Amino acid sequence: MKPKVAFYWCASCGGCEEAVLDLAEGVLNVVAAVDIVFWPVALDFKEKDISAMDDGSIAISFINGAVRTSHQLEMARLLRRKSKLVVAFGACAQLGGIPGLANLTTAAGILAEVYGDAGTPELQFRDDGHALTLPKLFDSVFALDRAIPVDYYVPGCPPSPKIVSDMFQALLDEPLPEPGAVLAPDHAMCDECPRRDTRPQELKLDRFYRVQERMLDMDRCILAQGLPCLGPATRAGCGSRCIAGNMPCTGCFGPTSHMRDYGGKALCSIASVIEGNETAQIDRVFEGIVDPVGTFYRYSLPSSFLERKRLE
Amino acid sequence: MPDDFEPRIVAFFCNWCTYLAADLAGTSRIKYLPNAEVVRVMCSGRVDVQFVLKAFAKGADGVLIGGCHPGDCHYQEGNYKALRRYRLLRRLLRQMGIEDERLRLEWISAAEGDRVRVVIDEMVATLKRLGPLRKAEEERAHLTEVA
Repeated sequence: MKPKVAFYWCASCGGCEEAVLDLAEGVLNVVAAVDIVFWPVALDFKEKDISAMDDGSIAISFINGAVRTSHQLEMARLLRRKSKLVVAFGACAQLGGIPGLANLTTAAGILAEVYGDAGTPELQFRDDGHALTLPKLFDSVFALDRAIPVDYYVPGCPPSPKIVSDMFQALLDEPLPEPGAVLAPDHAMCDECPRRDTRPQELKLDRFYRVQERMLDMDRCILAQGLPCLGPATRAGCGSRCIAGNMPCTGCFGPTSHMRDYGGKALCSIASVIEGNETAQIDRVFEGIVDPVGTFYRYSLPSSFLERKRLE
Repeated sequence: MPDDFEPRIVAFFCNWCTYLAADLAGTSRIKYLPNAEVVRVMCSGRVDVQFVLKAFAKGADGVLIGGCHPGDCHYQEGNYKALRRYRLLRRLLRQMGIEDERLRLEWISAAEGDRVRVVIDEMVATLKRLGPLRKAEEERAHLTEVA
């Protein structure tokens, strides 16, 4: 009997769903090897179909997206109960991801920003004899492993096709990887960068640029050109797709096993390549980094030590 | 805020200057407030930003980093590395709602025992005014939302 698998999305953009299809014809091998029992974006199974299954009867649930509503929490728990293995698929599930930047504000702050004076929707209302309860929006966004135990992590925004096909191979065959493993190489992205040899031994930057402020050379180290490229602090395995597109690494593959707080370490690595021994000069160099949290914690604020902005 | 709030400070002191200054303060019987827990590091440049963030996350109300005066670093320029990180980190902390005064970087040489007293006493007074950071409590409140 083929192993049953489920795909589900919580707070995410849909890019991780696409990442599965990015396998192109390789997806046919996956479909042939497994029995898909749940995949809301592609197939018409319902929540009640999952609820009716025996506990532990799904071999693997791939969950992408962070957890930020009561419904996502409920679904994550349901899938955890029904599954032998749960994989946090993509940066949002692994680290909190882009939605995690909402931890700089609160649910009330977001609703006020979006709806303004129009008022926010009631959580419960009745229409035509039907009662509807909207899920609660939490004040904070959580990485998946804060809500349920997670067996494996697949990094990336979104995970690259190679990472995804390696993942299927690793999980559908014995022996399984170490519990808790991040299914990607455990060294810095710089090590695999095609421009690696152009990185100077010592860097002394006197200013930083934002991407729109500078025409970048196509073949020279992007950090050496004054953009805060986070390759030195980021896990490898992405295939250097951003670099190939002449864009700096923004850290979607997250930390290697050698660090605990990705943004803190990324900040250290950027602060180590500047020039200046005096406060005023140092501050001038860092002026080009206008949003430190957004730069260093773009994908990982909920899984950082501080987790969120301090509540007032 | 309760009157009896005693701030907790995690103090990373470099082995060659500030830690010796704290030692000198001790042997000189200089009295300073007991709120700082000193962690000896080989150099202020060894203080990874992660150490500071972890201290705040685990309940510190303030973090103090002590290193050698500019030009005096035992490893040539570790204290400049600390300064560069500190300048960027305090902007990041500001975005996270953590006031500048909660993270302090001070150059204190091995001869400046009394300066340890002044800095720690000042910092305790400042933190008493600011009140608790409450990061640890917040974290518990978080867990209950998804628990």
